[in-house]
Amino acid sequence: MAAAVQNKLKRPAVPKLADNYRRLTALVSCAAPAALIVLVLTLLQQALPAITHYGPNFLVRSVWNPVTLDFGALPYIYGTVVTSGVAIAIALPVGLAVSLFLAEPGAQGLRAAIGTSIELLAAIPSVVFGIWALYVLAPFSLHNLETPITQHLGFIGFLSGPPRQASLFTASLVLAVMILPTLSAVSRDVIRAVPRGLRESSVALGATWWETNWRVVLPAARAGIFGATVLALGRALGETIAVTMVIGNRDEIPKSIFSPAYTLASKVANEFSEATGTLYPSALIELGLVLILVTLTVNLVALLLVRSTQARMAV
Amino acid sequence: MSRNVWRRFKSNAAISGVYALTGLALVPLALVLWYTIVNGLPAVRHPEFFLNVERPVGFPGSGISHAIVGTAMMVGMASLVAIPVGVISGVYLAEYGHGRWASWVRLASDVLVGAPSIAIGLFAYAILVVPLHHYSAVSASAALSILMLPVVIRTTESAVGLIPGGLRESGLALGLPRWRVSLQLILPAAAPGVITGALLAVARAAGETAPLLFTAFGNPLWSVDPTHAMSALPLIVFRDALTPYTELHDQAWGAALVLVTMVLIINLASRWVLRRQIRLAGQL
Repeated sequence: MAAAVQNKLKRPAVPKLADNYRRLTALVSCAAPAALIVLVLTLLQQALPAITHYGPNFLVRSVWNPVTLDFGALPYIYGTVVTSGVAIAIALPVGLAVSLFLAEPGAQGLRAAIGTSIELLAAIPSVVFGIWALYVLAPFSLHNLETPITQHLGFIGFLSGPPRQASLFTASLVLAVMILPTLSAVSRDVIRAVPRGLRESSVALGATWWETNWRVVLPAARAGIFGATVLALGRALGETIAVTMVIGNRDEIPKSIFSPAYTLASKVANEFSEATGTLYPSALIELGLVLILVTLTVNLVALLLVRSTQARMAV
Repeated sequence: MSRNVWRRFKSNAAISGVYALTGLALVPLALVLWYTIVNGLPAVRHPEFFLNVERPVGFPGSGISHAIVGTAMMVGMASLVAIPVGVISGVYLAEYGHGRWASWVRLASDVLVGAPSIAIGLFAYAILVVPLHHYSAVSASAALSILMLPVVIRTTESAVGLIPGGLRESGLALGLPRWRVSLQLILPAAAPGVITGALLAVARAAGETAPLLFTAFGNPLWSVDPTHAMSALPLIVFRDALTPYTELHDQAWGAALVLVTMVLIINLASRWVLRRQIRLAGQL
């Protein structure tokens, strides 16, 4: 009798079903990691003919000839890195200013409205940025930015003329606009996570608003802001359509940032659907593989930086 | 004293700088919206723009109805996969997400959000277009669902996490099994937040061009067969904008206006739903 009662007590109400629920949901949650792994492995497998045929030299040669099947990725790697770098240089000061503005206390209604507007910028499809950049931004930039800069600072190699509408610089401008929401939203969260006490101590010691933010708040949030910048860099590296529409699509490493160029993503976007044979599409997929490996690494580093800062602040 | 005046001046200058740069950051949004509306209106004013399919240059009455239907179909098919899988993954992360496996899932979905969409298009091409030997709407939907998945996972997780522990504990105290508490109590309470995530993912997928280039490919004719090439709004904008014909430029701007309107309405709706959710969760 007592044993029977004990048996009944030991057994939870519906153990199997509860466990099955956990197992089932855990199984479904494999989808995201599985998609990521299969994605990288499939691209690797598809790029294998090009990887074995061209070897590591593929990454450092600047030639692209589908007729003689002679391919090298250097101009595209260069274009991708330079457009993203210039975009960060333009967007970082603006993004930091926005995040400082949004993280301030008071006037929450206004700050929320401005924050929402900047987040809406992230919702606009990249092809719409592309058509806007092509017909509005590029002519504006040619007349009001590129031409005066090349006239006055043209003696500096990378700022020399002749200026062109479709250029590295125009692509960087539109990229800067597109990464601004990422940059300002993530930095705002990091700046907000800076302990209040730190800010108040600084103000109590007589520091002005600028001294508090420049010498106390920003240094405390430094790693997180760096993380936000790297996260934005990841977005800029992988952006395809808007860049394809304004970069000019020329297979060479330009001397000046006002000349047309090419990026990894736009090369794939423009040529993949016309690529025939084995090596040609495979070489294009290798460009995609390089792009995704770089982007994933950059994102991983950024995430770890942002997380570690926020964790440190929370303590 | 003059040093303090200088310090105050520097601080005020910095504040003005921050305000000016914040104002500058709002300019692109205004300009993009303004030019899209102004340039898109001439095309959108004609009702046949929404009723007809594309016609060759020089023939009046060209429309984008097939692209609107195509975008809706492809995003719809992608949602059928990505939303259930994403919601269940998100519920798992919120309910049991303390172990090492859960942190891997979180990391994978955070990294997947940043994966270049063109690479996801290449992947869909390799696994669905090559074996079937032709472009198809299904392959585009597969690419879009991979793009949507991480967005749904993370927003579901945070929406379920907003639900106070008291609700879960009351359910369990009444003797309900864990799965019923989770699916019949927690998930309905978190529904607005989950819907927000789904809507954001839909908005993101609807605007993507790069993954459609070698999957859906585009199609000037009316087609609702998911195993064949299909048109989409972003593809029309991309291809028509780069042609030399003004008629096609007008069509591209018109399609861009339709696309932006769709995406912004979905986005604003999702924000409104989320705000209600946060208020409700506060009352629970």
